[in-house]
This record gives sequence, structure tokens and C-alpha cells, in this order.
Amino acid sequence: MAPRQRGATDPARERELLSAGDVARTVARMAHQIIEKTALDAPSAPAVVLMGIPSRGAPLARRLAVRIAEFSGVEVPTGTLDVTLYRDDLRRGPTRPLEATKLPEGGIDDKLVVLVDDVLFSGRTIRAALDALRDHGRPRAVQLAVLVDRGHRELPIRADYVGKNVPTARTEEVHVLLDEFDQRDGVVLR
Amino acid sequence: MKHLLTTEGIDPAQATAILDTAASLKQALEGREVRKLPTLRGRTVITMFYENSTRTRVSFEIAGKWMSADVVNVSASGSSVSKGESLRDTALTLAAAGADCVIVRHPASGAAHRLAGWLREAGTSVVNAGDGMHEHPTQALLDAATLRERLGDLRDRRIAIVGDVLHSRVARSNVHLLTALGADVTLVAPPTLLPVGVSNWPVTVSHELDAELPSLDAVMLLRVQAERMHGGFFPSAREYSIAYGLSERRLKLLPEHAVVLHPGPMLRGMEIASAVADSPRAAITDQVRNGVHVRMAVLYHLLAHEEETA
Repeated sequence: MAPRQRGATDPARERELLSAGDVARTVARMAHQIIEKTALDAPSAPAVVLMGIPSRGAPLARRLAVRIAEFSGVEVPTGTLDVTLYRDDLRRGPTRPLEATKLPEGGIDDKLVVLVDDVLFSGRTIRAALDALRDHGRPRAVQLAVLVDRGHRELPIRADYVGKNVPTARTEEVHVLLDEFDQRDGVVLR
Repeated sequence: MKHLLTTEGIDPAQATAILDTAASLKQALEGREVRKLPTLRGRTVITMFYENSTRTRVSFEIAGKWMSADVVNVSASGSSVSKGESLRDTALTLAAAGADCVIVRHPASGAAHRLAGWLREAGTSVVNAGDGMHEHPTQALLDAATLRERLGDLRDRRIAIVGDVLHSRVARSNVHLLTALGADVTLVAPPTLLPVGVSNWPVTVSHELDAELPSLDAVMLLRVQAERMHGGFFPSAREYSIAYGLSERRLKLLPEHAVVLHPGPMLRGMEIASAVADSPRAAITDQVRNGVHVRMAVLYHLLAHEEETA
């Protein structure tokens, strides 16, 4: 069940929004913002947990955790949360394969959970993620970090940390490319 | 996928997808506070059991409920079947009452297949939960899931199915599924308990259990189905047990890593020694546990996608 490779299509029809260097700088900036907003390095800090939404949210969460450890010295636990079984559009397409759900050791009860995803679009994935979280425990609070916010929300959902706001047309596609899946980093518009 | 009626001719990619889904479901539900998923909310699943069963019926019911489907159980006794209603009319009634999926167990081989034909217009999915001496596909899938957990990829693994192959729908479904997944299957049974035409199956046949044991990765024991035997298939229970029962002595002939499976219900002392059934090499309770996840996966693949126009 390897995620679809996104790097292979005709490069002439795509526009680069973020280069590999931009992605690294953006992740670093988001890590700083998470440290600042959650004050996770303060003495009375809340326990923060990063939960990546597969497929590309998972490596993004791990990259953020590495940066946060580098900048603050705090090791933040990471996990993955597959939301497929909670989606409201399962009956609008072929069978979706499931991906891994792995809670960090210590669970999510009373933690400050930061959901991490690559692109924020309709908000439906995050709606599903909030439902899924509820079945796994009761976090103290939930925040959202996304690399790209492309607009067109269909639900009252917003991100706490945004790497880049990209105005798009509904018909356009935003692809986040990550080395782990696509053999290179970047964000492109097709 | 619309129905699950047989594992014969199953697409290995489809089978692997179901097994992967089952593994993901198991992992996703592990250690959770709430063991319930909203995926099949508002869908109705009816189990129709014309034969006795504990584990299969309960397993399907739990699977449906953990996926939030509404599950209704119908058994032959206590329903209009005992007043003489035909299988077809009962099925059409259940479909008209709003079933999205009918899970059927029936003593007649081919019953699930006929049912799928009758329910075509209603658009109801059919799962075969055992039809006579024909097939029991979800049992084969849960056996494969258990073997994959213990052995990894099943390609070129040597698996023996031992005992009453003739009357066993479990054996038939397993032969088709395990060979589709690339395993090397051997049937070990007395000649009287092998079906006619076994030479056309993609398996090797042996009558000597001791000779096979040292090279096996897994051994699957079958229950001797006395209720389907009208006549002498072997001289005595004791003689059967000596020739084909998995005793403690035989367990020692198996390689260290080999897995022992039994679809249940077990006849301890007949096809399997009690100490063998309780040994850590036996995966019999794992099979039951995986049964729920595999059946959840089957319901997911049947019901959680857009309507197919068949």
C-alpha cells in the first residue's frame, strides 16, 4: 500500500510553489511557532504530542519533532492517525486502502495534540480526524498544523500553524512532495 | 467487490487487499478506549444461519457492530423457515426489509451463489458463511491472516491440510486461497476422505502425515465431520487418531517455527491432542481473534464504496 508517487508526471504542466529549501525552512518556522504557541519548553509546559495524518502528514510530523527537539531540547512524541474509516465520502469512490494508526507511548489523554497534515482543503479530513481522536482518548486540547492551506473550506475548521497560504482554483491540484515518498521535497501546483 | 461467495479464482491482489485491511483494523483497534468505528453507520447486515454455529455467527455479528452497522440475526428455527418458507422467499423478504448485506450459512452447497442471483435486482451483497461441503471463504481468509502474522509472506510456504478433506468447506476455500497467495499446499488424508477430482486441484496429496511434518511451515487440522458421514470412512476413531491425529510426538517432528491451525470446533483427542491444542505453537485462539478483523475487512470491502452497477 505504498502511497501514490506524485513526482512522476509531466513537469511542464506544473508550477513550483515551494522548493526543497523552502520546505525545509517552512518546517523549521512551523516548529518555532509550535514551540512559541504551546510554550512546550516552559517549566509548567503541557505535554505536546504530534499526530501525523497519513500518508504525507506522518513524515511531516516526524520532521517537525526533529526540528522542535533541535530548537527547544524537548523530545515531542509523534504518532500517526489514519482517518479513512471516519471519512464521510467513502461511498463516493472505490474502496480506499487503510493506512497505519500508531499512538505514541503514553497515549493522547490530557495531552495537547497537534494534528499534522500536508494540505488543508475542504476541512473534511480534519473533521474525520477529530472524530477518530475522540475514540482514542480525550486530549486536553487539539491544534492543527498544515504545510499548505489552499482555501475552499467546506466546514468551520482553521489551522493554528500554516506553512504557506496558497490561493487556488477549485480545479487545480496542490501536491506536497516529500523525499520519503516522492524522492524529492517540494510543493507544486498542477 | 459486490459479493464474497468463493475463494476459487480469487484475484490475489483482492485477497491481499482484504488481508491488509484486516491487519490495519486490528492495529487500529488495539488498546483503544472505544472499539467502535463509524464506517458502516446506517447500513443493515442480516445473518441468516440455517446450520448451527457459534464462532462464525458471533464473529460476523461483532464485526458488523464494531463497524456501526445494524446487525440482525435470523436462524432457521424460530423464523418463517420452520413454517416452510423457501430460501428464495426468505432472502427476498430480508432484502425488502432493507438488508444491504446478507450473510448466509446453509447446508446445501451452492446456496450462497443462488442467493446472490436472486438478490441481484435488490442490489444486496451476499457473503457465504459456509455452504454445505463447498466453501467457507471468510474462514480461509482468517486462516491466511493468522499465517501471515506468524510466517510473513506465504509465497512458497509449505502448508498441510490434514483430515476430513472430503466433507470440508474449510479445506476447499483454503486450497484456493492459499495457492492463490503462492503457498505450496499438501492434503494429508486417508483415500476415503479425499474428494473425487482432487487430482485436478493445485495441490499434492499424501497419506503419510509423519513423512510430511519435518518440512512444513504450517499444519491445518480439520474436524472429522461425523454429521456428514453416512457409512464407514475409517475403521474407528482410535485408528483415525493414530494415523492422522496431531499428537505430542508428531508436534516434535514439526520445525520450530511451524504453526498449528484448527478451524474449530475441535475434537480433542481425535484430530488434535489436548496438549498440542494448548501449546504456544497452536494459533487457534488467534484464528478466532483474527476472524473478527477479517470479517470487518470483508464488510468494509463490500459496503464502504460507491454503488457498483453490475
